[in-house]
Formats: sequence, C-alpha cells, structure tokens
Amino acid sequence: MPDPSKPVLKLSGIGKSFGATRVLHDVDFDLRAGEVHVLAGENGAGKSTLIKILAGIHHDYDGMIELHGSAVRFVSPAAASRHGVAVIHQELSLVESMSIADNLQLGREAARGAGWWLNRRTSMGRAVAACRELGLNLSEADLARPAGEFPVAVKHQIEIAKALTGDVRVLLLDEPTSALHHGEVERLFRLIGCLKTRGVGVIYISHKMDEIYRIADRITVLRDGRRIGCGDRTTCPPATLVQWMIGRELSHHNRSRSVGSASAPVALTVTDLRVPHRDPRRPDLVRGVSFTVRAGEVVGLAGLQGCGASELLRALFGEAGGVTGTMGLGGDPYRPSSPREAIARGLALLTADRKATGLVPTISVERNITLAALPRFSRGGFLQRSVERGAARRQAAALGVRCASLAQSISSLSGGNQQKALLARWRETGPRVLLLDEPTRGVDIGAKHEIYERIREWVAPGMAVLMASTEMSELLALCDRVLVLHRGELAAEFASEGVTAEKILIAAMGEQPQSDPPFA
Amino acid sequence: MKPPGWLSVPWMRAFLALLLVLAVGAVWHADGAFFRWNTHRDMLRQVAVPGILACGMTLVIITGGIDLAVGSILGLCAVTFALLTIHCGWPAIVALPAVVLLGAAGGATSGTLVGRLRVQPFIATLALMVFARGLAKFIAGGQKISAAVLKPDGTFAYVALPPVFQHLDARLFGGNVAAVTLVFLGCVAVSWVVLTQLRYGRYLFATGGNEEAARYSGVPVTHARLLAYGLSGAFAAVAGICQAVQEQQGDPEAGVAYELTAIAIAVIGGNSLAGGRGAIGFTLLGALTIGYLEKILSINAVAQSSRLMLTGVIIVAAVLLQRRQLN
Repeated sequence: MPDPSKPVLKLSGIGKSFGATRVLHDVDFDLRAGEVHVLAGENGAGKSTLIKILAGIHHDYDGMIELHGSAVRFVSPAAASRHGVAVIHQELSLVESMSIADNLQLGREAARGAGWWLNRRTSMGRAVAACRELGLNLSEADLARPAGEFPVAVKHQIEIAKALTGDVRVLLLDEPTSALHHGEVERLFRLIGCLKTRGVGVIYISHKMDEIYRIADRITVLRDGRRIGCGDRTTCPPATLVQWMIGRELSHHNRSRSVGSASAPVALTVTDLRVPHRDPRRPDLVRGVSFTVRAGEVVGLAGLQGCGASELLRALFGEAGGVTGTMGLGGDPYRPSSPREAIARGLALLTADRKATGLVPTISVERNITLAALPRFSRGGFLQRSVERGAARRQAAALGVRCASLAQSISSLSGGNQQKALLARWRETGPRVLLLDEPTRGVDIGAKHEIYERIREWVAPGMAVLMASTEMSELLALCDRVLVLHRGELAAEFASEGVTAEKILIAAMGEQPQSDPPFA
Repeated sequence: MKPPGWLSVPWMRAFLALLLVLAVGAVWHADGAFFRWNTHRDMLRQVAVPGILACGMTLVIITGGIDLAVGSILGLCAVTFALLTIHCGWPAIVALPAVVLLGAAGGATSGTLVGRLRVQPFIATLALMVFARGLAKFIAGGQKISAAVLKPDGTFAYVALPPVFQHLDARLFGGNVAAVTLVFLGCVAVSWVVLTQLRYGRYLFATGGNEEAARYSGVPVTHARLLAYGLSGAFAAVAGICQAVQEQQGDPEAGVAYELTAIAIAVIGGNSLAGGRGAIGFTLLGALTIGYLEKILSINAVAQSSRLMLTGVIIVAAVLLQRRQLN
C-alpha cells in the first residue's frame, strides 16, 4: 500500500496555449492514492485540456507532471497507459462488433507459439477474472457476445475494466454518468468505491452537484483556465463551489433587454411535446414540455448535459422520430418531417456539434455560407454565381468572419470563425425562428462576444431565438427568459429580472426552485 | 524537401502527371510515331469510351460513392442499341434516347438502393453490375448482335448497317477528329455544367463532404444521389452506343472491367475517393494521362503483360504523388 499522504500524481504550474489563446494558466493539482478528486468547472474552463494533457494527447505544455515523485511527460496515450494512467473519455472506444472478452484484451491478447496464435482459453479466463475483480456480473456466454449488444452502462463498465487491466494507479473519468440511468450510476459508484480500496487514485469530472457531493474526497474548481479553489468535501459547501464555478461578477452581468416583447406576436408555440428515446425501453428524452417564444425574444433552455434541450431543438427542426404534442408557428400548425421542411417554414438550427452536423469541410467558406439558402441563388436550377458570391461576402462581413479569402476551405478557419460562418449560413436563410444549440461551444472569448452582439441585433426587428446552453454566463447575458429542463421536464422558468446563475443551477440539478436551497 | 508553391495547386499536380507521360512519349517516340497527329487522333478515339464512363464515375465519387455497374450497363446498352437499330429497324432518333433512358434507369436503380434504402454503394452497384451483365446476355441470346442475322434454318442473312453507325464512327474535320471524341467532350461539358452551374451540383459536393450537415442544411441528399447515379447510368449508355458503333455490333461481353479503368481515370486526375471534392477537369486530365500512357506503350510494341504491370505501378505512383503534395 503506497503512503496515502504523498500524492501519486502531482501537477505544478501547468499552462497550455492553442495558437494565441491561452487556455490553461499555471494550474496546480494533486491526487492521492485511494481518493476521488473531483474536477469541476463550467464548459470552457479548461478541464478537458487538462485531461488531454494527462492522457498524453497534448504534450506541448508548460509546467511539470510528477508521478510517484519522478517527473514524467506523456508523449502519447500509449505512454500514459504504460505509466499506469487510464482515461475513460466521454465517447466510448469499444469495438462494437467484437466480443467483450476480445475488447477487454485488445492489443494485449493472450497468445502462444511465439505470439502468433491466439490462446482463446487463457483469453477467456483472463476476461472472467477481470470482470470478477470489478464485481461485474457477466457469464462466459455474455463475454463472448459482441459489445454492441449491451446497454451503455455495461459498455461503460467494460471500458473501465479494460482500462484497469495492468497496473493502474490513476483513473480519469470524464463525465461518466451523462448517459447513465439512476441505477446504473449507483453501480458505477460501487465500482469506484472498490477501486478506492485498491489504492487507485480517481480523477472524476462532473457537472452534477449531487454526484460531486456523494463521491468526492476533494474538489478542485477551474474557471477560465485557472485553478480557482481546492478543498475537502466537508470544508467546501455547494454555495462555495457554485461561486467558484461561475465567478461572482457574473451574477450581475449587464444585459441589454429587448423592449416591449410581452406585447409582440407569438412566433413559436410548443404544447406537451414529447420526444421518445430511440431505444423504447429507455425513458423519453423530452417529456411533455410546453412554452411559447415571442417575436423579438431570446428564450434560453438551461439544463445539465442530457436534460433534453438538444433533443427538443432537433424535434422542432424535424430531426426526431415519434414526436408527439403540438407545435405552432405564428399561429399556424407546424409539424415538420425534415430539416428541409423546417427551413422552408422559416426555422434555422445551429447544431451543437460543428464537425458532425455543421461544417462541410471539403468545400469553401463561401459555399458553406450559402448552402442552406441555395434556392435563393438559382434560377431554373442554375446557380447565379455572382449573386451567391455577393451574399456570402455580405454575410461574412456582417458576422466578422476572418479569413484570407472566401474561397479557402472552411476547415482551415479557427473554431470561432467556423462558428460565425455557420451562423452566417443560417442568417442568410432569413429565419423567423432561430434555434441555437450551444452557440459558442469551443469558441474563444472574443468571437463569443461578437456572436452575442449579432444575436441581439437580429432579434431587434422581430426574429425569435430559442437557445440551449450549458453556460450560465451566456444564458444570463442574452436571454429574456430562461426555461430550465431537468431530465426532459420543464423544471422552472425565470424572467431575466432577478434570475441568477445559482437559481438556474439549482433548478437544473432537480432541486425545487421555490424552496430555500440547502446551502443558502 | 519542401515542394515548390505551384505544386500546391491541385490543377498543377494533375498537369504534372500528364506532362510526365508526354515526356516519356517524346523520348520513346517509336521512330517519330508519337509526333504524328494520327497517333493523337487515335488515342482520343480510344479513350472516349472509358472517358465517358469516368465522367459519370466522377459525379458519383463526389457524392462519396462508387459505381461498379457502369461496365455492365455499357454492355447492356450496346446490345440493346444494336438490337433496336439493326434487328428491329428503329430509327436512330428514337433508339438513341431510348437506350440513354435505359442506362439512366439502371443508374437510378443504384441511386435508389444507395440513397433511399441505404445500401452501401459498393454492394448496391456490385449487385447491379452482375444483374445488368446477365440481362445483356439474356437479351442478346448469347450472341453478338451484328449485321449478320441468324435465320431459322441456321444460315446467316446479312442486313445493311443503319447509317447511324457510320455517322457516329465518322472522322470529322478532314478525318482529323473522331466523332466519339466529340461525344466524350460533350459528356465532359454536361458534367461541368452539372457540377459548377447547377444547384444540384453543389448538393453533390455537400452530400459527399458531410451528409449529416447537408441534411441539416435542407439539402435533398436522397435526390442528389439519385441524380449522380442516374447520370452515371446515362453516360454508361452513351459509352455503350459509342462502343457498339465502333465495333459495328452489340457484344454482351463489352465493357467488362471498364468500371476499373473509369475509377483509375477519375482518381489519377486528382479526384478523391473520400468524396466531397473534385472536378470534371481532373477527370479530363486523367483520361488524357491514361490514354497517352496506353498509346505510348502500344506504339512501342510493349507486350500486353508488361503494359498491365506498368499501368498498375503508374496508378499507384500518381496517387501517391497527389497525396504527398496535399500535406
């Protein structure tokens, strides 16, 4: 048993820049054997960068990492793993078509005959032993089934079991519960408890208060790439934590409100909207949500990850199956069956995942901007290139897209400029209702504020905006009203006056908003 | 070694491959044969059929797919065209559009399988490739369809070839240009219009570049795929007609493995099989490169065996060259 008072892992003065943007400033962090150390902070606080440094994905950082007292620098994920640092990312990395037993030993297969022949019996034996050690209830028949047949929770445990083969001293879990049920979360916690007794140090990243206070021994909070505070669970109550996470100044952020929106016509009505999960055994993603958005209004959808806000926006954009409930656009009934139809009715959706559902990386900035509005630039099927080019140039200038030429590939732009170009794409369609899903994810501070400015400009003449965000400062800066979702249900609604990040956060975590918070 | 700046322009790289092949021809000119116009005229005639297939292939590749059925559709359409014009006596003005429609219908079948039923392009077009070849043999009754018509008593009667055969296989401009070369250039022009001038052309690029993002932007990705595969089928029909007039018969075995030549032409010119980018100009340059390569090897009387091996090596070299410069 290692000495529990000495840290297994010690980070001192870690700094990291991407180009001109400094994302981590002089961060200190340490982890003792057998403890769970929670790393908390808002999106963009620098948590994921820190994890990537520990996982060996980024290796050009400043500062020093010590493992068992000796300085190390992980130059690749494989190097980190050799040193006994295991990382479970949010996206699972199992090969779905291979059996669980094979997945568990991928790259470390039991072999004989100079390493050429697989030894199936030894392999299965090892897999069984690995599962038993972690208390997983899987028979040999289960282990022989493809990983893809199992629910996410089991895959998650397999992923952990896989990470723990070998001599693991440090385990990083990046928001491990975002895709799990309540019962599944309990099992994960039991597993973590079991690892603690084995002396494994666990770094646990989470947004969820209840989880943090159940599992943490110590808590460190990052904000804007700096370590704001670190304390034992007992000496660091939720109120302190929330304050550390959002920063005091954000609670009274200056907002510019649209005037007279209460008398403006209703642009979008949603009544009792339900969005089922693709797996019918799972609970609905959105459960009976009703609200309206008026012309000229910015309405925020707040909530923790997995609260259903993205699914709600996709349903409004005709991208979800089995939706029930009624929707209306400016008084007319509305039930889109595809994004194409939604666009024709005057909606636009800026999706959260730029890479997967936003950018077309193979074509130019100009063509990305005009993609959704192409019917406007064509006559009889032929494109009017000069009109198209003019429109792209105008939108790029209005949004402040910085690029050498509009003909260059969009994948060569920075994240902020890519996001502005995608906003330009939707602005060009002239939407009546603009849906935004995490509009500033992965965008630097400067571009963020430019985007906020544009959104404020657009709502003034009567565009309605519905914006899902997990960033409190963003919701407070932009929204006239904030709807808070918790597990797919509308948990609270706040007008801009008197709303604070604390109130939103408490409602998003599922506490009753009218009752006094336990730590007030 | 850092490549010079001009090599970062894709067009320059495509030109470079062609220039290298031309330089080889200038050195091994087979007693001056390479410098005679007739050699170039024949090359342009021979490359027309695979070049036409490559036009359709380019459209499909840009959507991120592949069309393995073009060689078989060529065979099917060659047989059908010969049958309709020689045996059934249809006038060319009716037979030509009918055969092109047949090819388009074949392509549209692939397009529906890929776009609507979400079958992988390789599998869908592989199935159609096998089916169309079988259909060609079925229609032809195991025979080549030519001016020699088998009579019930087992003897052959010879009928006159319809004039469309002469017209399409003619040499124009004082015998200096083959008509099929102009047909090929026509197909290049049609593809150019589709890819650069039409809204649907843009949809092909968007579908191949990021289908999800395209769908979220209201791009009709299913229809875009249908158009690409449909046009590829129609081009294959045009190639089949050209093949039939050159051979003066409809051979159900025509076009075997031509889909591979078409892919080679598209790729050697610089189109990416990953989809989302490309241009018909690359395909034109690729057709010239492959065409000259074949021609230079044949005028130097290089054996067929060595020719095939050399072609394989050169395709890999050209593609590696393209990629090296991209980074």
